[in-house]
Parts: sequence; structure tokens; C-alpha cells
Amino acid sequence: MAAAQAVEEMRTRVVLGEFGVRNVHTTDFPGNYSGYDDAWDQDRFEKNFRVDVVHMDENSLEFDMVGIDAAIANAFRRILLAEVPTMAVEKVLVYNNTSIVQDEILAHRLGLIPIHADPRLFEYRNQGDEEGTEIDTLQFRLQVRCTRNPHAAKDSSDPNELYVNHKVYTRHMTWVPLGNQADLFPEGTVRPVHDDILIAQLRPGQEIDLLMHCVKGIGKKVARVANPRLDTFSREVFRNEKLKKVVRLARVRDHYIFSVESTGVLPPDVLVSEAIKVLMGKCRQFLDELDAVQMD
Amino acid sequence: MEEDQELERKMSGVKTSMAEGERKTALEMVQAAGTDRHCVTFVLHEEDHTLGNSLRYMIMKNPEVEFCGYTTTHPSESKINLRIQTRGALPAVESFQRGLTELMNVCQHVLDKFEASIKEYKDQKASRNEATF
Repeated sequence: MAAAQAVEEMRTRVVLGEFGVRNVHTTDFPGNYSGYDDAWDQDRFEKNFRVDVVHMDENSLEFDMVGIDAAIANAFRRILLAEVPTMAVEKVLVYNNTSIVQDEILAHRLGLIPIHADPRLFEYRNQGDEEGTEIDTLQFRLQVRCTRNPHAAKDSSDPNELYVNHKVYTRHMTWVPLGNQADLFPEGTVRPVHDDILIAQLRPGQEIDLLMHCVKGIGKKVARVANPRLDTFSREVFRNEKLKKVVRLARVRDHYIFSVESTGVLPPDVLVSEAIKVLMGKCRQFLDELDAVQMD
Repeated sequence: MEEDQELERKMSGVKTSMAEGERKTALEMVQAAGTDRHCVTFVLHEEDHTLGNSLRYMIMKNPEVEFCGYTTTHPSESKINLRIQTRGALPAVESFQRGLTELMNVCQHVLDKFEASIKEYKDQKASRNEATF
């Protein structure tokens, strides 16, 4: 009886001991346990699998996935973090930069700004294509010059009073439509997600004048996914001598809590759907390659 | 004459964009000389643990597969070596194909269930908002 329970625990629970975590890896593969049929069964998976949405608003989503293995849940997490396509500034053509921020630092900062444009409506840019066409590129112009404010009080030391345009925000970026983009995207829909991101600071006489090309790519996207929540499990019980022997902390192995926060370009539920589609696309790509190879 | 142990690289990748002189092979198969088709190492380019671990899990769930493992060759190279050994009845390529297909089915099912859950949550929230008015 105890042996059967121990086997059940080994298969389904990750145990949190006083000094370490045990039973971390999945062991329920066919042949490992006698008396268990562990071969993959799509119907059994579909019957046990469950998604429960705990909370959703326009920028964050929290949901539970039950009945799936760590390998696949982790694959979704990795894709959400790095492989969901997004539009971001990649090339910056600097016409004039007399600010104190170096060209490359400025370009780096611009590349991190989230751009509000649905990446599904754009294609990837072809390799070696310098110019960019309307189907794969968005152009933004940033042109700011700082001047002295002639109406400032004589003994004022507040930069907001003394200078005009001394802080460069994302709201100074203007969209330059290419080709037929003006018809496809109504005025005001293509813009940085936030208006008030500070890009650089200027003083009188300094100017920034540049053109940005924004393309579709994969890479860092600020979406935090945490699963499972190991850090919120209180382990205080291990400090109490008497309780230590009586209490056993364990986690259900195939229950995952996802918490997704979006940068604002796409709503978080669309992000998760896109991530799942990315994984399907990878599988399909290899299946097609295999079919092509077997044809020869 | 080479030794039996020497690896015979069987380059079976699909070459695209030949005009640019750039070979975008996504998949190669390496087989040691002398073995039959049940032990194969697949080299998957431009892939990492994301696909590697999930694919390994699906392939291991197949009772005909005796061994399945993957490694990233080096962190600066973006490719993985995935090795499959079957018990003899099934060629390794077929178990690879089956693993891919099953993983796709899992993703499809997860997508359907997820979208249904989201829709249900939105409907619930909408009806709750209406109820307060």
C-alpha cells in the first residue's frame, strides 16, 4: 500500500524538502513503471487537460494550465518571451545629432520603444533589402531642436522654464506613411505605445534629426511569464522542529500558473495564441522538410 | 578503406535561395555506417531547447522508442542534435515524424481550449457587467 503511494507521489508530485527539491524530472515514460500504460494517448490528454483563466485585463493575463508536461509548458514560456514577432525600430538613419547622447546609444534606446502596430499585418523584410517596402517597414521621423525660452524669468533655474523642447519624448516621433500605408492604417493608429517615454534631453543649440525604419522581427519582448510559482510557497514550516517531521510539502507536477504581461502592442491573450501558433509552425516546418527529403 | 565505425554523413537537407549562395538547411540526418535505420541523429538548425525539449518528451512517450535525447552543441551555435534509437520495428525517421505530428496536435488542442476559456471568461465578465446595471 505504501509502495503504491510512493510510486504515485514520484510520478505526480514535486516534493519540496528542507534543503532541496526532489522528483523534479518527468519519469512517466513507457516502460519505466510496470503496471502503468504511459504511452502517449491524445484522448487521455484531451480529457485531462484544462485551461482556467483567473484574471484578464488589457495588459496582463493570468491563467492556469492543468494536465500538461513541463517540457511543453516551458516551450510556450520561452516562445512568449523571445519568439513572438513584433514590430520594432531596427535601422536608424541619423541626419543630425548634436545632443550629448551618442548616436549608437540613441539608436539602442529607440530600438527598445514598443511600437503600436499589429505585426500580423506585416511581412518579414527580405535579407539584403536596404530600402524596405510598404509591406514590411514602418517609417518614423524624429526631429527636435532645443532653443532658449525668451520669456523666461531672469533668475529662474528651472529647465522647464528656461528651455523649449529640452526633453525628447516618444510623442515627438511622427509616422511617415510609405506607399499605401496611409489608406490601410487610419491616422493615429500607428504610433509608439506610450507617449511619455523620455528618449533624450537637450540644451539650447542641440538638435536631433533622424529617420527610423521599423521592421518585424523576433527578440526581446517584455512579457513576463512565471510558472510555477515556486517563490510564493511558504517554507516556514521547516524552521519549526516539531512540525518538520510531520509536514510534507509537495507540488502537483502538471499544474502550471502563467502570468503574462504585455508591452501593449498586442493584448496578452493574442500573445499566448500567437506563441502556440509559433510552436505549431516550427513542427510543420520540419514535417515539410522531412516530406521534401523523402521525395528525392 | 574507412573503418566501420566512421560516421558517414548523409547530407539530406533542402537547399533554398541558391542564388544568394546561402544554404538554409534546416534539417540534416547523420547515420553511423553499418547500422540500420533505427538509430539516427538529426541536426536541427536554428532551434534550441524550446523545440528540443518538447519534441524529446513527445518522442519518448512512444513505446517503440528506446532512447531519445537532445543536446545543444555549443551555446554560440544555434542548432541541436536530436538522437533517436528505436527498438527495431520502427525506422527512426518515422518516430520523428510521429513526434512532430503529435506535438502539433497537442498545440492545436491547447490553442482550442485556451481560446474557448478566454471567450468564456470574456462572456462571463460581460454578463456580470450587465447584471450590475
